[in-house]
Amino acid sequence: MVDEVILLDYWPSMFGVRTRIALEEKNIKFDYIEQDLCNKSALLLEMNPVHKKIPVLIHNGKPVCESLIQVEYIDETWPRENPILPSDPYQRAQARFWGSFIDKMLPGLGKLMWGVKGEEQEAGKKEFVEMLKMLESELGDRTYFGGETFGYVDIALIGFYGWFDAFEKYGNFSIEAECPKIIAWAKRCVKRDSVAKSLPDSEKVTELVPELKKKKRVG
Amino acid sequence: MAERSEEVKLLGMWASPFSRRVEIALTLKGLPYEFSEQDIANKSPLLLQSNPVHKMIPVLLHNGKPISESLVILEYIDDTWQHNQILPQDPYDKAIARFWARFVDEQIYVTAMKVVGKVGEERDAAVEATRDLLKLMEKELVGKDFLGGESLGFVDIVATLVAFWLMRTEEVVGVKVVPVEMFPEIHRWVKNLLDVDVIKKCIPPEDEHLNYIRARMDSLKLKSV
Repeated sequence: MVDEVILLDYWPSMFGVRTRIALEEKNIKFDYIEQDLCNKSALLLEMNPVHKKIPVLIHNGKPVCESLIQVEYIDETWPRENPILPSDPYQRAQARFWGSFIDKMLPGLGKLMWGVKGEEQEAGKKEFVEMLKMLESELGDRTYFGGETFGYVDIALIGFYGWFDAFEKYGNFSIEAECPKIIAWAKRCVKRDSVAKSLPDSEKVTELVPELKKKKRVG
Repeated sequence: MAERSEEVKLLGMWASPFSRRVEIALTLKGLPYEFSEQDIANKSPLLLQSNPVHKMIPVLLHNGKPISESLVILEYIDDTWQHNQILPQDPYDKAIARFWARFVDEQIYVTAMKVVGKVGEERDAAVEATRDLLKLMEKELVGKDFLGGESLGFVDIVATLVAFWLMRTEEVVGVKVVPVEMFPEIHRWVKNLLDVDVIKKCIPPEDEHLNYIRARMDSLKLKSV
């Protein structure tokens, strides 16, 4: 039986990138269907009726929602190639913990990018930098968060890298100055095919921001 | 069943749904553990050392090694002690279970907190929003004894937050957030849960719990005044 894998996604999405990378890591052929988030498709609404959000992974007609859940699903369904989660239960728990931590960076980033200029934006930036520093400390001198192997936590975080230029521009700061090891790590990750293929173009993301800001004000 | 010395310790809090769900899982697996009640207002050195990132309970210590975040702990317990599985085996069913667990914690819990924490119009809005979310849970229960299907599973354990925390606040808040006419399946599910020995054993005693919720609500009200 040939697997039918479809990904409903939006090109700049930090979350969609995670799923794309996981699929590429496993060499899975999939149909990428770009979604218009201002005009949600019937398929998207049918496949994610609860949240109506991307990314949605559809495997043989069955939808899986939420990017980190998709990454685990991909790892469990195609276990042989390039394992994403460690096999040891304690290491897995640590990976899941950091994955969950990375998702908690979102509110801070929201304030930084879309918040009121001044206090709210500054608060968002501070929150983001603090959390990124914790991740940097966790990474230490390792090649990847998983050690020598690229894995779950790397995938969870690298999606944000496509937005780093935008964060720096709108937050008026340098991520490399704050967290040099994170930038070094990101550059290592980008050398991987799966990541290079999946990350959005940073410049295009930054160019998109004013448009997104306008939509958020109206919406 | 213990090999060498399997030391399992839980840093928890008696009234926390996140702490209690770990106790349910450990009890379902028949695992002996040491419970250490934590004072959230005055965090112990052990707690701060075991969860330096969030400084929150619950934290599971297995042979001294800490695991934090209740959903991560539940999966760790299932991965480590593989009898009486809590999560489904099939990857797709697992993904669905994980989705609903997150839904309870990230959507229902967050919205339901506002029911207790707010007053007047803001509270009414929170009640409406919570009901909208619960309608999705209601749909999931049609034709099933438990959210996990025929027997208690991961989502049921996580959703005890709804059955024994959210629904208990109704008495204190004086608002029927989950009326039986609107949510017959949820009410039926709560009855099914109460028939399970492990659940009865592991949820906070009702009277003490209601007093606790009352006291917390009063202190929140004082803060917002």
